[in-house]
Amino acid sequence: MTVNTAARPVVITDRKPRSLTEAKFRPFDLVLKSLSVMAGTVTIFLTAGLLGYILVKGLPNVSWSFLSGTTSVLKGTVGVLPGIVNTLYIILLTLLVAAPLGIGGAVYLNEYAKKGRLTKIIEFTTEALAGIPSIIYGLFGMMMFNGMFGLSYSILSGCLTLSIMVLPTIIRTTQEALRTVPVGYREGAAGLGASKWHTIRTILIPCCKSGILTSLILSIGRIVGESAALIFTAGIAENLMKNPISHATQSGASLSVMLYKYADQGDNNTAFAIAAVLVILVLAINLSTRLISSKAKK
Amino acid sequence: MTDVKTSAFKARRAKNTLEKVMNGIFFICGAASILCVAAIAAYMIVSGLPAIREIGLFDFLFGTEWAPTAADPKFGILPMILTSITGTLGAVLIGTPLGLFTAVFICYLAPKKVRTILTAAVELLAGIPSVIYGLVGITVISPMVANVFDLPSGATLFTAILVLSVMILPTIVSVTVTSLRAVPPEYSDGSLALGATDVTTIFKMNVPAAKSGIITGIVLGVGRAIGETMAIIMVSGNVVNMPNLFKSVRFLTTGIVSEMSYASGLHRQALFSVGLILFIFIIVINLVLTGILKKGAKQ
Repeated sequence: MTVNTAARPVVITDRKPRSLTEAKFRPFDLVLKSLSVMAGTVTIFLTAGLLGYILVKGLPNVSWSFLSGTTSVLKGTVGVLPGIVNTLYIILLTLLVAAPLGIGGAVYLNEYAKKGRLTKIIEFTTEALAGIPSIIYGLFGMMMFNGMFGLSYSILSGCLTLSIMVLPTIIRTTQEALRTVPVGYREGAAGLGASKWHTIRTILIPCCKSGILTSLILSIGRIVGESAALIFTAGIAENLMKNPISHATQSGASLSVMLYKYADQGDNNTAFAIAAVLVILVLAINLSTRLISSKAKK
Repeated sequence: MTDVKTSAFKARRAKNTLEKVMNGIFFICGAASILCVAAIAAYMIVSGLPAIREIGLFDFLFGTEWAPTAADPKFGILPMILTSITGTLGAVLIGTPLGLFTAVFICYLAPKKVRTILTAAVELLAGIPSVIYGLVGITVISPMVANVFDLPSGATLFTAILVLSVMILPTIVSVTVTSLRAVPPEYSDGSLALGATDVTTIFKMNVPAAKSGIITGIVLGVGRAIGETMAIIMVSGNVVNMPNLFKSVRFLTTGIVSEMSYASGLHRQALFSVGLILFIFIIVINLVLTGILKKGAKQ
């Protein structure tokens, strides 16, 4: 009677686990599966190839004098220092305008706004801003800031244009961060008698620090890559910054704009060198957003 | 005693004022988006209408000849409109299957390590500036196209479509992945329990369940493709032709950039009108998108 109880499990594990469906060979399944694997492989190789090609073609031309010098036809030198300085300057000035506006907008939508028509309109327009292509921003900035505000081709005009462009990025990412703050925190603060503004200042904003930081880094990514909107607003001059305040009123090309300019002139070596610098910047930006989000999860 | 009382009142009143001021400031920040969209729309319409009025809406939209600097200037943008539409359609036709299958691979089939790498790769593709796509397009893809199809120049609509399809890939993949992840696990559990295979479950159960999200991804991709400028100005050759896969063409976006620097008078105004047409395209796409999202939310 008791003989078989020990032997049985062995027999079962010995058999290959086969479901009913595995009995039949399905060619269509195989096709779909291999198509998916192929698509994934193509995407990986596409990215790897793109990055590899840019770095291999560009890095040999990146030297210290390339990064720290200026382009001069007379001296025969090529340098992108003005572009690097302009890019940093544009990032700083744009975020200075867009960050308070975007964070404030997100706080309004999440903490103050009541469900209603106005909130719906704000959300719709934020979506719309995200969908408008940069060339339209360029045209708008050229008419509004260069023309009506009389800024002509200037970094300030470019920054104002870009700050509208990155606004949806900041609003959406900050809003997502605000949503993850437990309602209990707000209730607890209210129960202790804290006012709304006090709660926002001392509890909500510190809780969303990493989310806000992510939104700013994402915006930096967009600013670094932007060219169409800047060509029409900030122009293409390669001025090196002399005075940090008056520099805002001068025309200045960012790295991406310089890349376009050199590629347009047929100087592909310089263009690829700038592309390599940009790709490294983009890699650094992606890496830091990953680090921040993984740190925040802990 | 009364002193303490009044100071307490004062502090309270100051606090209330601060609350009101902050409320106002946050409201202004929130309303900034409305203001920006209104300003952009107003500027695009005001600056785009005069040329259309002068040229005539029909001649502008359906004229096939673009010769703004000729003695008898012609401002027909039909070739550019059709090129933009064909280019976008082509990019979506290539990008959608590639993106959809990649998303399925990321969600269900890839081992964990490959999934991490692939996700990072897609994020990276999204972050690469469009000028770099243009540069690689003109130095790699364009000569390749010229070689394969035995053309004198690789600066063609086909090259632009290839570049665009890579550029919209990350949008389609990331939105599709998000919506596939949102499909309740009970769906696939049920399908598997009924005896369907893994692959059948993925393609007959999960993908249809994520339909509205996938369509959203495609529409976002359309928006990105139709507005793309700097990448395709470098690879499309920039001659105003009716769309032909192996000919040099000009898009709505590239038409603006290539001539804005030297245009003046009616020519310049006409370029703003081109911008207005592009803006209308974008608004329509946005409205379609909101419609889809609303429908998806109802389901």
